[in-house]
Amino acid sequence: MGFLGKNMRTVNNQIVLKNIYKNFGNISALKDVSMVTDAGKVHCILGDNGAGKSTLVNIISGVFHSDKGEYRVNDKLARFANPREAIDAGISTVYQNLAIIPIMNIYRNFFLGNEPINNKYLNIIDKQLAIDTTIRELKKFDIKIDDPKRSAGTLSGGERQILAIARALYFGAKILILDEPTSALGVRESNKVVEQIIQLKEQNINVILVSHNIDQAFMLGDKFFIIKNGEMAGQFDKLETSANSLRTILEK
Amino acid sequence: MISGEFDLSVGSLIGFSSMSVTLLTVEANMSMPVASILTLAMVMFIGYCNGITVVKSGLPSFIITLGSLFMVRGVTIAVSKMVTGRTQLGGLEESKGYNIMSSLFSNSLTISETDFPISILWWVLFGVLGYLLLKHTQTGNWIFATGASKESAKLMGIPVDRVKISLFMLTAFCAWFIAITQVTTFGGADVLRGEQKEFIAIIAAVIGGTLLTGGYGSIIGAMIGALIFGIVKQGIIFAGADADWFQVFMGVMLISAVLVNGVFRKKYAHS
Repeated sequence: MGFLGKNMRTVNNQIVLKNIYKNFGNISALKDVSMVTDAGKVHCILGDNGAGKSTLVNIISGVFHSDKGEYRVNDKLARFANPREAIDAGISTVYQNLAIIPIMNIYRNFFLGNEPINNKYLNIIDKQLAIDTTIRELKKFDIKIDDPKRSAGTLSGGERQILAIARALYFGAKILILDEPTSALGVRESNKVVEQIIQLKEQNINVILVSHNIDQAFMLGDKFFIIKNGEMAGQFDKLETSANSLRTILEK
Repeated sequence: MISGEFDLSVGSLIGFSSMSVTLLTVEANMSMPVASILTLAMVMFIGYCNGITVVKSGLPSFIITLGSLFMVRGVTIAVSKMVTGRTQLGGLEESKGYNIMSSLFSNSLTISETDFPISILWWVLFGVLGYLLLKHTQTGNWIFATGASKESAKLMGIPVDRVKISLFMLTAFCAWFIAITQVTTFGGADVLRGEQKEFIAIIAAVIGGTLLTGGYGSIIGAMIGALIFGIVKQGIIFAGADADWFQVFMGVMLISAVLVNGVFRKKYAHS
């Protein structure tokens, strides 16, 4: 029975934050923040500039440590020394401006930092494998690449964002943090990215979306977390709220 | 430069290496191979210091290595004056191990009655190795990424600091190598060896298409840049023009190359 009990409590791609505090010198960036995010859902973190959204994301992705409070991934206490350890634990972040390197070509961007090695001693890159994988993986996200040796700067803004998402998933991300994925994009490009984010739910990915755009967030999200002055000003399920009432709370 | 940093100290390191090898051989009676290896260790250490200072301080490498340019040159002049009272030193030919070193680094091959210095072979070999490293290995990819966007590279788990430090050590190694070919050719050293070589290195790289901002460039390009430099330098004399015009021409080439590179970057990096 003990076994069964254990199995029932096993959680899948879940993040739990409990009473998180973070100070930078005298400034308290996060005060008593708690939240739970689960697989197969899109969680939107909403808030003004400087409200503490980035600090929260940076704690989850292993850039910072919290000063106080508990951070659990799949029920296990997490303390990542750097973003790499978080990535290895399945937590990846796609940053808005740093997603890809425009001057590098597409397949090198896809395998950046994770180059497939042909020969262990001379660390030679297996180019054919890299190119084939890039084409195959991007196809899953409806992006057709004619020439993966093109510089990534020639991709549209939406395609670059999707490239970064596809890359994170290919390298084992189960929990995906998207930092303002559409803020720099036009309507059409934005829609492409939104479509792919919705697809992520079907793949049972735990998506954490940081956004300014309340209407878009409401359309995409299942759960909403409003951060104000470093505090959790409210959490809502989609059914409990509307875009307008979220806006009211944010602007209050 | 592809990793986004400059090393202005290479010229001084050439002077330092050639003086160090000669001093250790002629004055301290070491055999030349031993002196060379000892010098290599010192030079690599200076390269490491350059790298770690740049990485830890976050200051532009332009400034840091400008500092080491003067420090290394100063030390070279001061020490050789202290030990020998002179700034030029010869007599390497009589030392132990000179023949081996000379046959490795400064021999010439005669092909159809023309002498080709063996350093051309080394030049091609290093070119090929550099090309393979940059274009075909993981390390090469990391070098490009570090120069193109340090932040992106860091977020993808690339050890950018280690990449930069290793490259400063690599430029130091190259300076040592040039110094060895020079001392074996001339049989001695001069404290001023390698002066202005740092600028020539930058000119060759830029004419070869390397971006000053990092993230783009190639060995083949830099080799072509170096060839253009050499051909123009010799050619302007053969063409009967006053050699003084050479510098003007190189300056014009450099600025045009930078302008063209800038246009290229705008085209591909509109982010």
